[in-house]
Amino acid sequence: MTLLIAMLMDGLIYASWLFVIAAGLTLIYGVMRILNMAHGSFYAIGAYGGASLVGLYLAGGYPVWGSYFVLLAAALLGGLITGLLIERGLLRVMYGRDEVVMILVTYAALLILEDVIKLIWGVDAYFAYQPYTLLGRVKFAGLSFAYYDIALIVVSAAIGFLLWWGLNNTRYGKLLQAVIHDRDTASFLGVNVTRMFTTTFVIGAMLGALAGALTAPGISVMPGIGVEVIILAFAVVVIGGLGSIGGALLGALIVGLSRSAAVHLLPDAELFVIYGVMALVLAFRPQGLFAIASARKI
Amino acid sequence: MRSFTLLLMALATVLLLGLGWLLPGWLTFLLTIALAKSLVVLGLLILMRAGLVSFGQGLYYCIGAYCVGIAGHYFDTQNALLLMLLAMIISTLVAAVIGLLLCRYRDIFFAMFSMAFSMILYGVLIKSAAFGSSDGFNVKPPLLFGWSPGGESGPLLAYGLAVVAVMVVCSLLWRYLRSPMGYAGEAVRENEIRVEYLGVSVQRILYTKYIIAAAMAGLGGAITALAAGHIDPDMAYWTTSGEFVFIALMGGTGHVAAPVVGATLFELLRTYASQISPYTWQMILGIALLAIILFLPKGVWSLLERIKKGKTS
Repeated sequence: MTLLIAMLMDGLIYASWLFVIAAGLTLIYGVMRILNMAHGSFYAIGAYGGASLVGLYLAGGYPVWGSYFVLLAAALLGGLITGLLIERGLLRVMYGRDEVVMILVTYAALLILEDVIKLIWGVDAYFAYQPYTLLGRVKFAGLSFAYYDIALIVVSAAIGFLLWWGLNNTRYGKLLQAVIHDRDTASFLGVNVTRMFTTTFVIGAMLGALAGALTAPGISVMPGIGVEVIILAFAVVVIGGLGSIGGALLGALIVGLSRSAAVHLLPDAELFVIYGVMALVLAFRPQGLFAIASARKI
Repeated sequence: MRSFTLLLMALATVLLLGLGWLLPGWLTFLLTIALAKSLVVLGLLILMRAGLVSFGQGLYYCIGAYCVGIAGHYFDTQNALLLMLLAMIISTLVAAVIGLLLCRYRDIFFAMFSMAFSMILYGVLIKSAAFGSSDGFNVKPPLLFGWSPGGESGPLLAYGLAVVAVMVVCSLLWRYLRSPMGYAGEAVRENEIRVEYLGVSVQRILYTKYIIAAAMAGLGGAITALAAGHIDPDMAYWTTSGEFVFIALMGGTGHVAAPVVGATLFELLRTYASQISPYTWQMILGIALLAIILFLPKGVWSLLERIKKGKTS
């Protein structure tokens, strides 16, 4: 029983983290049809920005509770700047190319951003554990959990709800859905698709950076974290179905729970399980669980 | 005409072999790795001509290398030809199973699914203590029927094997791409349904091409293992597969020699970039990739074709 609860909680915590990353990735794909490899870099920038700014903030002797706002601000600012730079500076001149070519374009962006991160923050690891330890731990069913991790679940659920609500209940969200379903028709009817692209990309980048900033207190931030994360996020969105927010949620839960089951029962199979599940889902549902149907080319 | 081409190829082989003898050691090694990678990319070229981009060729590259490592270690053999053949056979067998599933997928789904398989292998290898986990293990230097140049010129054997393998594969592929099966790839890329209406099975075309590509990636991995003397799970990591797609794009798919040129350029670029600025070599690679996508969408090889066209007109 204890093992089951531990597995469930670990899985949920991991899934909520995955969801924040995957939501941004799938949103960008849904609207722009770009599988954005540079999303890993947004994550890394959020983590570095969060960790270094929290360090500066605490060195100034300010109260620790304020560091949560610093994390949030770092993520939103980092996502805004890099998102705008990549979309306006790079992707804009590449629109209209094949989806696979766009993967390579964003792969190039990932390579460039990886080194930009090294140039700005160096190659040493950053630690910002204070926001993590401030909240303390809770004993539950004989197990100890960090309040920060539990808060992560709540924050992730809130982000999911906000995205769902924004897409379905605001004018802007409905316009966005029109673009997702038929870009050309939406454009003929007067929707400014170019601006939609920019906004979506920036929101996606902010979500990626936010995931990084939220994780930063719990890990040591060092080079290469972006490259590791992007491949996980791919697994999540492909399982759920590219372009679907609900799919990202389901994918995150599946990956999170199966990984935590593997970690507790068969530690050697941790990575194997994630991609094994991905292959299994794709074998039976080629387009993922919540797929958007595509027309046949004749 | 045919004997003339054959003569030219033989001459090029001898020339390349002689070059390896003259060049400094580090450059010979770089060329060996470039040639081994160009074998993988040649396989990718077949797939790309049929409209499929695999982000998972690292799977077979790694299988090939581990075949050499494991067979060499546990069955105590250093026979290079035997090990290379084994790597190709195992890669073919694995591709024959995975291909059945993968060939139902297209575009981005093919790319992602092939990547998933290579990541599965990575996940298995990184946790298997018997094969050295994330550190990998060392491979003994190759022998050709019990013979090796030995001493200082030891690495020349792997280089020679790579040159001969690339020459043989290139000439076979050149013929293959001009056969009905070869042209069928382009037809599939242009319009699958019309190909089906002509009474040809798209599934079978792609399945064959996938297996050929896998066998070549396995061979490339085997040569890399023999040349480098060390293998690790990173060969199956997604960045390795990404590198192959990068090289394919750099060279272009216009000619069988394009991947060889692309791989050599890539290795030179990477070596020089990491020497000039150790912290920003990835950035230089990224900028090079963007420049190629923007200005040379058909790869470096299209430059040559442009020159040729200019001469005839």
